[in-house]
Amino acid sequence: MTGAPVLALRGVSKRFGAVQALTDVQLEVHAGEVVALVGDNGAGKSTLVKTIAGVHPIDEGVIEWEGKPVSIGRPHDAQALGIATVYQDLALCDNLDVVGNLFLGRELKRFGTLDEVAMEKRARELLDTLSIRIPSVRIPIAGLSGGQRQVVAIARALVGDPKIVILDEPTAALGVEQTAQVLDLVERLRERGLGVILISHNMADVKAVADTVAVLRLGRNNGSFEVATTSHEEIISAITGATDNAVTRRQARIAEDAK
Amino acid sequence: MSTETPTTPTPPAVDPRLLVRKEGLAGYLDEFGRKVRSGELGSLPVVVGLIIIAAVFQWKTGHFLNADNVTNITKWIAGPGLIATGVVFVLLLGEIDLSLGSVAGATAAISSVLAVRQGVNEWLAVLIGIAAAVALGALHGFFFSKIGVPALLVTLAGMLAWSGLQNLVIGKLGTVNNLNDGVIANLDTYFLGDGDILWAWLAAILSIALFAAGQLLDARRRTAAGLPARPIAEIAMRTGVLAVIVLVVAYVLNQDRGLPLPLVLFVGIVAITDFVLRRTGYGRQIFAVGGGIEAARRAGINVAWVRTSVYMISAGLAGLGGLFIASQQGSADKGLGGANMLMNAIAAAVIGGTSLFGGRGKTWSALLGILVIQSITTGLDMVGAEQAIQYMITGAVLLAAVVLDSVSRRTQKSNGRG
Repeated sequence: MTGAPVLALRGVSKRFGAVQALTDVQLEVHAGEVVALVGDNGAGKSTLVKTIAGVHPIDEGVIEWEGKPVSIGRPHDAQALGIATVYQDLALCDNLDVVGNLFLGRELKRFGTLDEVAMEKRARELLDTLSIRIPSVRIPIAGLSGGQRQVVAIARALVGDPKIVILDEPTAALGVEQTAQVLDLVERLRERGLGVILISHNMADVKAVADTVAVLRLGRNNGSFEVATTSHEEIISAITGATDNAVTRRQARIAEDAK
Repeated sequence: MSTETPTTPTPPAVDPRLLVRKEGLAGYLDEFGRKVRSGELGSLPVVVGLIIIAAVFQWKTGHFLNADNVTNITKWIAGPGLIATGVVFVLLLGEIDLSLGSVAGATAAISSVLAVRQGVNEWLAVLIGIAAAVALGALHGFFFSKIGVPALLVTLAGMLAWSGLQNLVIGKLGTVNNLNDGVIANLDTYFLGDGDILWAWLAAILSIALFAAGQLLDARRRTAAGLPARPIAEIAMRTGVLAVIVLVVAYVLNQDRGLPLPLVLFVGIVAITDFVLRRTGYGRQIFAVGGGIEAARRAGINVAWVRTSVYMISAGLAGLGGLFIASQQGSADKGLGGANMLMNAIAAAVIGGTSLFGGRGKTWSALLGILVIQSITTGLDMVGAEQAIQYMITGAVLLAAVVLDSVSRRTQKSNGRG
């Protein structure tokens, strides 16, 4: 990756009472890069994402945006910078149609009233550029399948023209076909030059779309890998900590001695 | 295996499973049938219900559809109908407001006592009364959205407290008669142009023209933007149906005393609130909060303010409704807005098709629903049925409406449209 990262976390720590959730975490995301954030349950993935999204302000460390230190104290700050987050529970309004959901909170207006025509036009353009297939943009969200909801939620994050998109387990509840659609969409985001942070438990997905894998373990960085040159097992062992135990340390020592 | 696998570079633009509507009238009827089967009943049941009610009472009494009776019904629906419009707003949030009857009563009491006993200018008294109603609504909204007390309990407390306030304001002297030919008195009794038939025709033609122009302009903008638009044939059909209804009503009203002021104000307010709900950012926020609080909050919507303001609007509408009721009964008294006034208003909103579960509904349902209830009440009065029977029949109709709401919700769910 060339150039300065769009978003960089330097030595970020976060405490909740007696729990040290994050310790000295580093993370870099470049434009047009998909960074997979992996780790076991409780490794601190969600906490890390929430600090970036402004839900939990960081205690120590620096968040850099395009090379400059910034402070993200609330979700609004993150959105203003250009960070869009798609949470696992999607947060769509079931009773509103696709257009209504895409523009919820930033409706286009004309003479002070909703400009449905302009919104529908832009919604269609947005969905077309992402090759998203939906029966109709005027169908209530309740009428869509899980995969379609997921892509609507991702498209919704793009309405504000963000530079970084955070996807929290986007394929967790999806079938084979829908998962492929979402992964296609992630690749299209990369083609558009967006930085993507992808949280996933699914190694196949990570290997399929990510450029870099950042592993968290017990709130600390436990390696960052180029996906192209890293095996499945290496990532798994970094997640589970299998590389760091009595057996591996002994083997490493023996290897050292043998030289 | 290196068999030739078909590559699919670009997906087809339209999902092949999607039902595409056929052109023309046949397509319209086809889609209508499909919507009904999948539970999107809209206002169909209530319209059918109204026709049945009218037919039955016309057959029983022989003069239910006479001009004077129709005129009376259109006058009587204004007060309870405005309260029902307020109910629609809170139902859209998925909440309830039990205090609206008491708020209506308190408002009428405040305005009447100020105007009649204190000699305050009557317009000013009316404004103070409605402002008081809005303030009471703000109080409910505050306790509900900021303190987090369930709306049912806040408004239950309101129902008791404001009924007490109403009694206190009216005082020992009791009933306050409206000023002769005053503002409040005229709300119910005035006919536009003192019964000049021109007004009813004018209002009818104006509403048809506005509707057609709105639909045509919308269709033209959509076509210009390359979006699918309603075909002209459909617009013509919709305008035609509206024209028949409006012109028949205008004709019937002109057979009696002309266009009643309460009908104009009520329908006008319903139209305005409908516009606010469907066409403004604020209306969209109300639907969003009713559809998913978490989604609304994350979209940056101030949920507490939307909730509070909705309680203010519903209380304000109820206050206005109270003034119409005072006008209609000739006085403000301790019983105004009591008994089952509130239950009728809630029933009207639900019968008209507004969902109890939030996020679905229109203010027009208040108009349709209250028409049903008033028709039943008036019809049963005419056949000389006892009050007890009236209550039971109204209760049965409400139950039928709620059952319909629940069933259609379930059908919609199973058809993927909940």
